[in-house]
Amino acid sequence: MSNSIDQVFVHAKQWLLSSLTGSPGWVVQVASILINIFMLLAVFLTLFALISVLERKILARMQNRYGPNRVGPFGLFQPIADGIKMLIKEDIVPARADKIVHFLAPVLIAAVAILTLGVIPYGRNMTPFTIDGGILFFFAVGSATELAVFMAGWGSNNKFSMLGAMRAIAQMFSYELPLIITALPVVMVVGSLTPDRIVAAQAGYTFDLVPRWFVFTPWGAAAFVLFFVSGLVESNRTPFDVPEGESEIVAGHMTEYSGFKYATFFMAEYIGMFAVSGLAMTLFLGGWHAPARILEIIPSYVWFFVKLGSLLFVYIWVRGTLPRTRIDQMMNFAWKFMLPMAFTCVIAAAVWHYAGRGLRGWLWSFLVIAIVYTALSTLLDTGRKLAPRVYRFAE
Amino acid sequence: MNSAALIIIAVFTLAAALAAATLRKLMHAALSLVVVFVGIAALFFLLGAEFVGLALVFIYVGAVAVLVVFTILLTPRDVGKDRGFNWGGAIVAVAVFGGLTWSILNTQSLAVVAPHMPALTVKQIGKTLMTIYVWPLQCVGLLLTAALIGALILVMEEKR
Amino acid sequence: MTPTLQIFLIVSAALFSTGLLAALSRRHAIFILIGIEMMLAAANLNFIAFWRFGPPHQPPTGVMIALFSIAIAAAEAAVGLAMVIAVYRHYHTTNVDQLDQLRG
Repeated sequence: MSNSIDQVFVHAKQWLLSSLTGSPGWVVQVASILINIFMLLAVFLTLFALISVLERKILARMQNRYGPNRVGPFGLFQPIADGIKMLIKEDIVPARADKIVHFLAPVLIAAVAILTLGVIPYGRNMTPFTIDGGILFFFAVGSATELAVFMAGWGSNNKFSMLGAMRAIAQMFSYELPLIITALPVVMVVGSLTPDRIVAAQAGYTFDLVPRWFVFTPWGAAAFVLFFVSGLVESNRTPFDVPEGESEIVAGHMTEYSGFKYATFFMAEYIGMFAVSGLAMTLFLGGWHAPARILEIIPSYVWFFVKLGSLLFVYIWVRGTLPRTRIDQMMNFAWKFMLPMAFTCVIAAAVWHYAGRGLRGWLWSFLVIAIVYTALSTLLDTGRKLAPRVYRFAE
Repeated sequence: MNSAALIIIAVFTLAAALAAATLRKLMHAALSLVVVFVGIAALFFLLGAEFVGLALVFIYVGAVAVLVVFTILLTPRDVGKDRGFNWGGAIVAVAVFGGLTWSILNTQSLAVVAPHMPALTVKQIGKTLMTIYVWPLQCVGLLLTAALIGALILVMEEKR
Repeated sequence: MTPTLQIFLIVSAALFSTGLLAALSRRHAIFILIGIEMMLAAANLNFIAFWRFGPPHQPPTGVMIALFSIAIAAAEAAVGLAMVIAVYRHYHTTNVDQLDQLRG
């Protein structure tokens, strides 16, 4: 019974495709792909609408406000109102802009964000696009985001846009290295670049209690934290939203965009966030696996979206609590701390593998990470005293 | 392997390549180059070399294209006014294309259909890379490090 | 109809000639680099095509050579573009016809 609920979407798709029996093979293939694309877009655009209003409400709760509560029950129809407003706004293109590049930038950035969603396994047998090098596909397609941001900055022919684009590209490049290198230990341990295999390798429970997710190994925990921070940067979220710092450079590379193009950028940012969280879950949090054996009755895709929701809540929580960093602090952090720690995770995973993947391996890899972490934090300590700011004349 | 897909991708790629070679604005040419590389990656996918296609997109679209556009940004004086166009180059290019096509079409041993081949997995590539090609791999690593340091030294401020 | 090796080789030849066109007839250093990159990509296409149409059950030599060639092309692009920037700083031009001094 639980199995049939688990596979309900797979069966529904097969039932839809069975109406095509008799037609040539490529028709069935194209139809299958179209169903996948339609489902992806439907689910994630709905999730985008939902998250955009939930984010505002959660942020409001953290700041002792009400948040949007006028449109519909609890303000849940707010995204529809926002969408209508964005659609009927005037679409302004600067006179000196490079029209083609200016137009193509939001298209590219949204296309890239949606493509990266395709390789993530959303449930048992529910990967929209199965490919042998799925993780590589994610990073390869995702790396086109930098180009899109550059196109936005260049095409607008505006100083603030260009500055914002430069900042965005600098930080994306710096944090893409730790992002990829922290994915490496998982690929090494599993021995496959296929997301399905990586999820399958995290099935089962140690002592029938703790799930075998990679986040419960020392290297996995360290790599997950590093991956999550890099993901925050890649999706330009708050502690690292230097490229669009409103108080410094208007809105960065999005300054000259208005109306629906601006909404497209916004959507791409959120969908990129979903994609990075989805990949983080696939790599470290066991994908669609349930956290306990009893809870396996609940279908796999529900677990995926529960985990996605909790990760997104952490994103919003971080946005509500942390102030924006400076660009030089970010760069120093990326090159001096994140990158060496990412390499340490790779080494710790190798140690864990060769020490027998048991308790001994656990201790040894923990030791490796602890030594490098202590050494790095001692070396990077600036010796500056941190204290509340003293106002000499203001008070 | 599908002929229709091949023809569509080939026309797309070659049109983008012509645009990259002849467009007046440097930035547009650089962006057409990106389209060329995506097209070539699609051809690799069609030929069954998915890993190489992904590596091509990763390296060219993610890194080389951004390097090119940054160089265009950092050398602003000549942007948008590339006047000279040497027609001699066009003649040479057409001659080379004609010669190559003539020789390809007249070589009977090239008119073969692809044999049935098991799919090339990433695991196979990794094993080959780590056994037979381990020395070339190390050499490429050394070369990339040298190129990194060399590029850094080249763009450092000149001392007057 | 399944495509033969010849079609792939002709596509590759066309791409190579376009790269040659860019490298020979444009005056801007970056265009020359773009042309060289296109020619290298055409060579890669040839390697992959010959691997695919060659005998099965062999080590994938064509794929390996293409991978190495991509890595080397990336290094070449990085050094080439660094040289363009260095030359631009010194001579304030990127037009290769005007770079005719041996004196620094």
